[in-house]
Amino acid sequence: MAKTPRIIVVGGGLAGLSAVIKIAELGGQVDLFSIVPVKRSHSVCAQGGINAAKNLKGEGDSTFQHFDDSIYGGDFLANQTPVKAMCEAAPGIIDLLDRMGVPFNRTAEGVLDFRRFGGTLYHRTAFAGATTGQQLLYALDEQVRRFEDEGRVRKYEHWEFLSAVLDSKRTCRGICAMDLHSMEVRAFPADAVILATGGIGAIFGKSTNSVVCTGSAQSAVYQQGAFYANGEFIQVHPTAIPGEDKLRLMSESARGEGGRVWVPKQKGDKRDAKSIPESARWYFLEEWYPKYGNLVPRDVATRAIHKVVYEHELGIDGKPMVYLDLTHIDRNTLDRKLEGILEIYEKFVGDDPRDTPMKIFPGMHYTMGGLWVDFNQQTSIPGLFAAGECEYQYHGANRLGANSLVSCIYGGFISGPQALSYAKNAKALDANGCYDSERKRQEEINDRLMKSDGSENPFQIWRELGELMTKNCTVIRYNKNLEQTDAKLVELLERYRKINLSDRTMWANTSFVFTRQLLNMLQLARVVAKGAQLRDESRGAHYKPDFPDRNDEKFLKTTKAHFAPDADEPKFEYEPVDTSMIKPRPRKY
Amino acid sequence: MAERTIRLKIKRQAGPEAEARWEEFEVPYHAGMNVISAMMEIALRPVTKEGTATTPVVYDSNCLEEICGSCAMVINGRARMACSALIDKLDQPVKIEPLTKFPVVRDLAVDRGVLFENLKKLKAWIPLDGTYDLGTGPRMGQKVQEERYPLSNCISCTCCMEACPQFNDKTNFVGAAAISQVALFNDHPTGAMLKEERLRALMGDGGVHECGYAQNCVEVCPKGIPLTRSISRVAGQVMIQSIKDLFGT
Ligand SMILES: Cc1cc2nc3c(=O)[nH]c(=O)nc-3n(C[C@H](O)[C@H](O)[C@H](O)COP(=O)(O)OP(=O)(O)OC[C@H]3O[C@@H](n4cnc5c(N)ncnc54)[C@H](O)[C@@H]3O)c2cc1C
Ligand code: SF4
Ligand code: SF4
Ligand code: FES
Repeated sequence: MAKTPRIIVVGGGLAGLSAVIKIAELGGQVDLFSIVPVKRSHSVCAQGGINAAKNLKGEGDSTFQHFDDSIYGGDFLANQTPVKAMCEAAPGIIDLLDRMGVPFNRTAEGVLDFRRFGGTLYHRTAFAGATTGQQLLYALDEQVRRFEDEGRVRKYEHWEFLSAVLDSKRTCRGICAMDLHSMEVRAFPADAVILATGGIGAIFGKSTNSVVCTGSAQSAVYQQGAFYANGEFIQVHPTAIPGEDKLRLMSESARGEGGRVWVPKQKGDKRDAKSIPESARWYFLEEWYPKYGNLVPRDVATRAIHKVVYEHELGIDGKPMVYLDLTHIDRNTLDRKLEGILEIYEKFVGDDPRDTPMKIFPGMHYTMGGLWVDFNQQTSIPGLFAAGECEYQYHGANRLGANSLVSCIYGGFISGPQALSYAKNAKALDANGCYDSERKRQEEINDRLMKSDGSENPFQIWRELGELMTKNCTVIRYNKNLEQTDAKLVELLERYRKINLSDRTMWANTSFVFTRQLLNMLQLARVVAKGAQLRDESRGAHYKPDFPDRNDEKFLKTTKAHFAPDADEPKFEYEPVDTSMIKPRPRKY
Repeated sequence: MAERTIRLKIKRQAGPEAEARWEEFEVPYHAGMNVISAMMEIALRPVTKEGTATTPVVYDSNCLEEICGSCAMVINGRARMACSALIDKLDQPVKIEPLTKFPVVRDLAVDRGVLFENLKKLKAWIPLDGTYDLGTGPRMGQKVQEERYPLSNCISCTCCMEACPQFNDKTNFVGAAAISQVALFNDHPTGAMLKEERLRALMGDGGVHECGYAQNCVEVCPKGIPLTRSISRVAGQVMIQSIKDLFGT
């Protein structure tokens, strides 16, 4: 068979672009779909850095140590085989990015500089100023542009993935997508499809994620029968800047470079932060966790901040905020290493963090859960692969800082060649009807929505969804609240059926597009809430005060949710975790 | 006491061929709000100041932290990013229009594909042999990194092109952002292997000589990129290249 395999990649963040590069290099033909021009993908937001045990600081770091930190940090929920392989590949990935021209920070001798991040005692995080994600994405984007110029990649930007096209055997044969300008729905055939559609922040209303991170694509294929794994594991970043439209991240690198978290010891201390003497400050992370100090993993830091604010009632000014202080570090060092993130604070808050301690609070940040995939990144639907934040494989119950970028690129590098070899061996399709029928199904959904003339505003439903999920499904979880959350989600789904679109035009109608995504968000929210309810233990980011301990006997298992169309709700099953190399031990920082 | 509100005046256009019109809005004020969150308020209640029902405003956005380059528009007469345009710092009514040098898709969303096409023409990439293991990249001093890093911060927002008097249909000028990317790649030891091709692409119509050094680009660039410095460096390189080409060395 001489035909060139045709692969569809959906999503042009780090994961998607990595997959595209491998496929193009191996001779495949790629159609690349993305809601936003790929260079504007959410990956640009990553600030802090990317992990690889290059051991360039004479500390005796090793890929095995990176592996152990990742598994331990993830509270033993991640399958060990793929995580080990990722950690072993990481130094090579950094070398490749370096060759691609990423302006990584350098040491005096001209080699790559590394910084410390949470959950490790080693300098293992390579970084490019405070805009590492942007720099990495651009490097990959440039390579993809080169392949585009050579005719191996065709971009469909401003196109949204709606669903997978499945044949009679439930094998993936392509996708249905919508042109976000003309609103036309089309079916695109492919020999294999890779989803790399990123995170799900919008389900929580305000988060550190970008606007298009709705999880809509993952939810769509989950509703088509793909398993969604570990959905209940949501990372809340300890240090975000509260904002009207989003929670802007203050990168962990602020603590990596020596930032200290504190509150005034005295309740209601009205003094300006700078005039509060050392003796009247409580550096609670340093006191509670002497070994890791301010660099404990995210879930630990987040819960500590919550405790100080809500139990000790020591939030600044009685508000849910604590100080993150960099003012003891000299300006030049700060400018050299953290300028980008400090600018964000300055720009959006108005204070200079070099002079004034920043005010921060935890914010929803990352989903460890995602589409279930096997070790070849294939979902439970044959022919449909997934890579990046949209799949669940590398972070267990909690992701270590700077491990996502490496997992996205690694996952892309695995999924690309795997999709290609799948495509080469795939059986030919016997009947073409599946394309038309899927397109019609999607067009009908659009028609129904356009005609719907109830009274509910989709943006209002979204606001309520976000508040509900943030309140009950983030830092601290109680079964009673989770139960109520699901009941309320069912109610929101009911209200969704009575939606009223204020815009019914068929041209670049963004509120229509958003309303379509909203249904998928609501369905996926149920996977998060119910999954959390069913897991009666505390592990990594999932914390239930009523079940404060990890329970390996019952819950050292991957949660797998699948959609029951007749019941219109998620059903759950559990799968053993691969712990073949590192024996689970208690996680204590 | 009436709830505090803010006023916005937004240029609307239903499609590329449609007539543009202005609509005024009054929306609730929140501390720290920016132009995007103001437009999110409109989506929640799409009604004009006069009380007429309308549609939510269409615009591009993604990161909301001035790093993806999506949300460029003209706000109170100046090309800038809507997500970092704080309402507290703007005169009201806040006047919001689409960029004028790019085709309107709808309302404030415009098609800026031309920049990406220019980056293709200028081969703004490192010519990699392949992704297989070839060891580390070239060693590089901190100075080189510090020179390249700011240029690599360009978010492709096209504000510099919007503000540039030379960027128009008559000149075909590629614009400051693309030229600055040429400087970025020419500075890299591997990137420099395509230097001559990049420079030749900047010689003819629409090339680097179109720039009149008006500096408007530097003033509006949200990332503070030293664009005129890049342009003069590249102009120098182009000049040397043309002389070399002329004498065939
Ligand atoms: C503020 C912030 C800072 C971070 N910092 C770090 C860090 O320092 N280190 C680290 O390791 N990790 C960090 N992370 C996490 C990391 O940035 C993300 O997990 C990672 O970038 C995700 O990449 P991705 O390729 O999976 O998806 P994304 O970059 O989100 O890309 C998703 C792509 O899918 C497309 N898409 C989505 N839905 C559809 C659809 N339905 N149809 C078509 N296209 C679609 C989008 O257009 C986009 O191109 C950070 C995250 C945030 C929020
Ligand atoms: S300096 Fe050159 S590129 Fe910049 S605005 Fe002026 S003419 Fe345009
Ligand atoms: S150079 Fe500045 S203004 Fe121009 S596109 Fe880049 S970031 Fe925007
Ligand atoms: S939304 Fe990304 S730059 Fe404004």
